[in-house]
Amino acid sequence: MDPTAGWFLENAWIIPVIMAGSFLTILFFGKRLPERGTAAIGITAVAACLVLSLGVATQWVQRVNDPPSVEHGFDSGEHGSPGGEGGGGADEAPGSPAEQPAGPAAEGEHAAGLGLAAATAAEEGEHHEVPPVVHQITWFQNGGVEFKVGTLVDGLTAMMLVTVTIISLLVHIYSREYLHGDVRFTHYYAFLSLFTAAMLFYVMSSSILQMVVGWELVGVCSFVLIGHWWEEKKNTDAALKAFLTNRVGDVGLLLGVVVTFFAAGGTFEILEINGYALSPAANQTLLLVGALLLFGGVTSKSGQFPLHTWLPDAMAGPTPVSALIHAATMVVAGVYLIARLYAVFFEGLNIGTNSINYVALIGGVTILVGASLAFVQHDIKKVLAYSTISQLGYMVLALGVGAWTAGVFHLFTHAFFKAGLFLGAGSVSHAAHHTFDMREMGGLRKHMPSTFATFVICTAALMGIFPLAGFWSKDEILAGASQGQQQAYTLMLVMGAVGALLTAAYMTRAIYLTFFGEYRGHGTPHESPRIMTIPLWVLSVGAITFGFLNFPKILSLSEGLTTRFEHFVEPTFLFPEIEHPTFNPVLALVSSVLAIAGFALAYQYYWLGKSPLAGLSHRAGFRQGYVLLENKYYLDTLYSDIVVGSTKGPIARASYWFNQYVIDAVVNAAGRISVALAGVLYRDVDQRVVDGIVNGSGYVSESSGQVLRRIQTGKVQQYAALLFAAAAILAGAFVLAVSL
Amino acid sequence: MLVNQFLFLGAVLFCIGVYGVLARRNAVLVLLSIELILNSVNINLVAFGALWHATDPANLSGQVFALFVIAIAAAEVGVGLAIVLMIYRNRRSIDIDEVDLMKG
Repeated sequence: MDPTAGWFLENAWIIPVIMAGSFLTILFFGKRLPERGTAAIGITAVAACLVLSLGVATQWVQRVNDPPSVEHGFDSGEHGSPGGEGGGGADEAPGSPAEQPAGPAAEGEHAAGLGLAAATAAEEGEHHEVPPVVHQITWFQNGGVEFKVGTLVDGLTAMMLVTVTIISLLVHIYSREYLHGDVRFTHYYAFLSLFTAAMLFYVMSSSILQMVVGWELVGVCSFVLIGHWWEEKKNTDAALKAFLTNRVGDVGLLLGVVVTFFAAGGTFEILEINGYALSPAANQTLLLVGALLLFGGVTSKSGQFPLHTWLPDAMAGPTPVSALIHAATMVVAGVYLIARLYAVFFEGLNIGTNSINYVALIGGVTILVGASLAFVQHDIKKVLAYSTISQLGYMVLALGVGAWTAGVFHLFTHAFFKAGLFLGAGSVSHAAHHTFDMREMGGLRKHMPSTFATFVICTAALMGIFPLAGFWSKDEILAGASQGQQQAYTLMLVMGAVGALLTAAYMTRAIYLTFFGEYRGHGTPHESPRIMTIPLWVLSVGAITFGFLNFPKILSLSEGLTTRFEHFVEPTFLFPEIEHPTFNPVLALVSSVLAIAGFALAYQYYWLGKSPLAGLSHRAGFRQGYVLLENKYYLDTLYSDIVVGSTKGPIARASYWFNQYVIDAVVNAAGRISVALAGVLYRDVDQRVVDGIVNGSGYVSESSGQVLRRIQTGKVQQYAALLFAAAAILAGAFVLAVSL
Repeated sequence: MLVNQFLFLGAVLFCIGVYGVLARRNAVLVLLSIELILNSVNINLVAFGALWHATDPANLSGQVFALFVIAIAAAEVGVGLAIVLMIYRNRRSIDIDEVDLMKG
């Protein structure tokens, strides 16, 4: 291992262990503690994790700035040189040097795409291939294959660690007030800790088998927390729906893991799989099949069309859970999976050379489906849930068109402003007597200034208003789609642009219904306590500022200020050669205009009420469209009535038949055979052999006793005579023996 | 030194004792016959002891054993007569043929 990697990078495994410890402590001792004590355990643990994660991030930044020396020789500044045997984790790296695309031609294009960064790197004469820090132990061995677990820490991991711990910390703090007096307060905090532990474990996995473990752990925490208030059947149904829908995708995930395992020559190691995918020896068909199967898991976990239907229902859980799990962290696990195994997807789907592919298309469709459904929701959390689906669509689209950094950057910024929106919705509900129905809200801006301000900031970030975080990340995605790798992804660009328009419009609607107009609910709304508004403000600051972390190369700003995110987070080791889109002012202007147009349309419709679109949902031609949206494109009907309904009857009958005629027949036959066998044993073995032996021995004893009793006369002198006779015979025999 | 005479005497006494034990019906006489057997053994022991003593003056094993036998015999007679006495008290007879309670 690389001794220079730094303590935090070497010992990243401590982070999930702390959270697991917090889970166990709360589980076993939480009931005896007051609420504040329970919350304090969780908050302290997450805060410790945040400190460690920041340590990891800092040391990673140092590692990128001062990369470990690479041992093999290569021409200075040339990309695509073999990863070879350099630095930490090199002994895990597949030995496939010289198999990565290399050569002057590729180099030229690459340099053009990278622009300044490449030039700077070349000037510095430094190879900026920074291997991740890998620590592994052998889990078990089977059939000559070593199954390893460990930590793989690179920029992506560090970014996820920081994001997860920050959001988790804020949610832990916020929940203390939001869940105050809840019947299962302890249970809630325990599972919040377990979830955080599982998510942190997931993002630092070094093998995909380990990732599956983390993936399922976050899934089960999601299930438990959606069903937190299980007294209502609606909530348990939602939890089951989330769990079962995820199972559908997980079949794909598991098959994908198996396919990649065999494709890469029997290994679960992420680095080896990526290395295999990039080598010329890789089997294109296997990679395609593996990527598509893995994408099945992504489809369910990250709420992609058509398996997104569980995510809106998952809003049955407590709102902080929605913020943490169903907006910021768990649902991006699928996006993270693609980002982590990007070489498999990039090579398998030919992202570099196509102008359309399955992943990007599904991402685009998801944007439009999620955004359009967000219009007809009355529940503020469901609006946000569909918005989350739509934004996840953006991330998947970005990864699908090859804009890796844009997708991951959007994941990062979205985590903050969407968590802010969810926590804001929770704050609103706290004020408006625990309803999420926007028909019972309205006019809340006067009563809840902090919540209103933060909600508007986060909404503006989500809409992509300059210069908030969402503007930079969404614009980067659109730029990535417009430029593509070798060909532009035009269809995806259109989808993303339309999505921007819709996003602005439905969020304006949500804000109008919640904060403007007259208050339509009961009682007097009030601002939430400070313990809830402070996390909102922290997230708003993130929503305002974090976009600058990947400031594009414009205005001839110095290298140290632009594209920092790309520089530090994007892997350089065993990673496909991707081109980075340059900032396109026209596109930025168009997307801003679209967002403002969406806002303006909604403003006209709701505030002024005299839009040409007024009464749209009741007009003849559009009525059907509205009904279609109200019924969520009939997807739930399709699943529950047609797919489930049409299969459960035949399956039940087939199972019954199978049970009656096959299983019962086998069981009965086994019973009859047992009876017959037992009869044989009883008659022939037990009665004859065993009993015969026992009775025979008794009979022999008795008859020999009959013979022997004759000589027991009770007369002492007869006994003495026998004694003497025997002694005399023995003496005679002795004398005879001696004399012979 | 010859031991033949002593051994002969011992054998005669032994045979008389065996006869007494097997043939007499009176329990007291049976006990007396057992004493004869024991004393015939004592004569043998003493005779052989004397024989050995002539060659090895330190060896007195035979005599010592004879003393042990006499002591044991005294104890045996004590127990035996007590049994006979109990039989007599219970049955008013010491005919050994009548005491066959252990008949199988």
